[in-house]
Amino acid sequence: MLTTLQIFLIQSWQTLFIALRALRRNKLRSSLTALGIIIGVAAVVAMVAVGNGAQASITKQVAALGENLLTVFAGSKSSGGVNSGLGSASTITLADTEAIAREIADVVAVSAEDSTSAQAIANGRNWSTTVVGESPQYLQIRDWKLTAGSMFTDREVRSAAKVAVIGSKTALELFGPINPVGQSVRVKNIPFVIIGLLESKGAGMGGQNQDDRIIIPYTTAMKRVTGDRYLRSVNLQIRSSERMEIAQAQITSLLRQRHRLTAGQDDDFNIFNQKDIADTVSSVTEIVKLLLGAISSLSLVVGGIGIMNIMLVSVTERTREIGIRIAVGAQPSAIQLQFLIEAVTLSLLGGFVGVVLGIVGAQLVGIVSTFQPIVTAESIVLAFGVSFAIGVFFGFYPARKASALDPIEALRYE
Amino acid sequence: MILPVIQLRQLVKTYQTGDVAVKAVRGVTLDIARGEFVAVMGASGSGKSTLMNTLGCLDQPTGGNYFLDGVGVAGLDRKQLAVLRNRKLGFVFQSYNLLARTTAVENVELPMLYATPVISRRERRQRAIAALEKVGLGKRLDHHPNQLSGGQQQRIAIARALVNRPELVLADEPTGNLDSRTSIEIMGLFQELNASGITIVMVTHEIDIAAYCKRVIVMRDGKVISETRNATRRSAANELAALDAVETEAQLN
Repeated sequence: MLTTLQIFLIQSWQTLFIALRALRRNKLRSSLTALGIIIGVAAVVAMVAVGNGAQASITKQVAALGENLLTVFAGSKSSGGVNSGLGSASTITLADTEAIAREIADVVAVSAEDSTSAQAIANGRNWSTTVVGESPQYLQIRDWKLTAGSMFTDREVRSAAKVAVIGSKTALELFGPINPVGQSVRVKNIPFVIIGLLESKGAGMGGQNQDDRIIIPYTTAMKRVTGDRYLRSVNLQIRSSERMEIAQAQITSLLRQRHRLTAGQDDDFNIFNQKDIADTVSSVTEIVKLLLGAISSLSLVVGGIGIMNIMLVSVTERTREIGIRIAVGAQPSAIQLQFLIEAVTLSLLGGFVGVVLGIVGAQLVGIVSTFQPIVTAESIVLAFGVSFAIGVFFGFYPARKASALDPIEALRYE
Repeated sequence: MILPVIQLRQLVKTYQTGDVAVKAVRGVTLDIARGEFVAVMGASGSGKSTLMNTLGCLDQPTGGNYFLDGVGVAGLDRKQLAVLRNRKLGFVFQSYNLLARTTAVENVELPMLYATPVISRRERRQRAIAALEKVGLGKRLDHHPNQLSGGQQQRIAIARALVNRPELVLADEPTGNLDSRTSIEIMGLFQELNASGITIVMVTHEIDIAAYCKRVIVMRDGKVISETRNATRRSAANELAALDAVETEAQLN
């Protein structure tokens, strides 16, 4: 003896075939109806993938700055109405750097930075690049590794040695694919011995290529290359991310004291907190992701309304068919189920094709852009779930209408 | 005593259209026994269509009682009426009412799709084919209605009406859209089915079609005004044989 549930399941199964047959009879209309859902789902899947990819790429760039990084920039300088930007003012001295290292307990690594752009000549070629003076701790602060050779030492800093660590891009331009360690490079007519090759790090936050640079001891940079007596910035690594804000406050008060700034005066320096940047960036990308998702969800709703519209037309058009089915003994629930299954099948098929198109679309975006979109399983499951829900929601009313038809009226319908 | 298939007791059907109540059927009492072949006649507006809809459990009476095969129909809900139609009734309509773009055999399977207990796919197919063979369409199983003549379409409809082995076949002007020879053929089919024990109630407004039935009921203004048994029934089989003879003769000359 069959239970009520079994009977219901068998009848649902049969109804599924009735519904599929009805959809097959109207292939063109069915596919046009599903198109709304296809576009909606494809848009959601692709946009969320693009959002995820962009977020991941930006997060990676922020992380590439180094761990628990604080950067103190000298203030900006205006002369004749032309503002030269951050680091241009002569406010940060080596003494400031030493004071920070000595007095701020949470600072674990310090690197004074002085930079300029210069023409590098080697191997019969020349290349315009950025020459940056740093401390040996710089690589630790930036979480940067060498693929060959070694970093200069504190001793080489003290002696203002003419040694350099070279970025992978600069090395490639000057020396080609060979190992540049041990080679010589001339900057502003000063010969430097290359002692290390930096690992490739890719584009930085501002889009500049971090691999196109030559790093030399800051003492060498100031004395021999730039002639600067002040620093552009100081890179600092803080013990832990929880101590970042405290350290930032301590450094601010230390520098204000050292620069003799009174209470009303503005800081003549700026402190950048990597965590702040990361937080800001991730909140921005979160908003962008939400926006992308919301906009593409709208097209899903429009697609759902399309399904409802076609289902209503279909119910009207098939009034006679419904009348015949009811006359030969179809239960109202069977009619309702048939139209509901038709709507859900349309939306699920649309969802399936949409997911495929969305993945393809995300790959295409990956080809033309600098980052790789990330299609997550959650977004696919969500897209399917939403298309199912849309089918049920927008199919319910037409199905209800079909099942409530009066068979006598329906059979008379022309 | 054998229970009549249909028992009507003072059946009343009133439609409410706006403020006006239209009394379509005003007290019909009628018994139709198993194996009968009844024609219901009457002018339009006489209430015969309303009576048929009520007999077909497509509509509920507003007064009186209707017992179909002993089951009281008054007071049943839509679901129960659907079960009753599925198990006990077969319908044949003037305009055939077949599903378009659906093969003959699938059309005939339709009532079995909604049967309880569930009928297996294979049994549905077998029974549909058997029903089509019975109405002489064994070679047109996979044809769509639009590929068939009116007479053939009506045969599919008759096969569909028979396939759930109903107690009663209700036919509403089944020859209304057919030419005279095809009409005779369809009436011949009904007579054959009736002879094999199927009870048929048919609405018609043509006296010569009613003449194929065993009993004729005439309605006017929602009431039965006459009830006669056909002493001399027309035989579709004999007439067709005669027609064929005339045609053969015409061809010979």
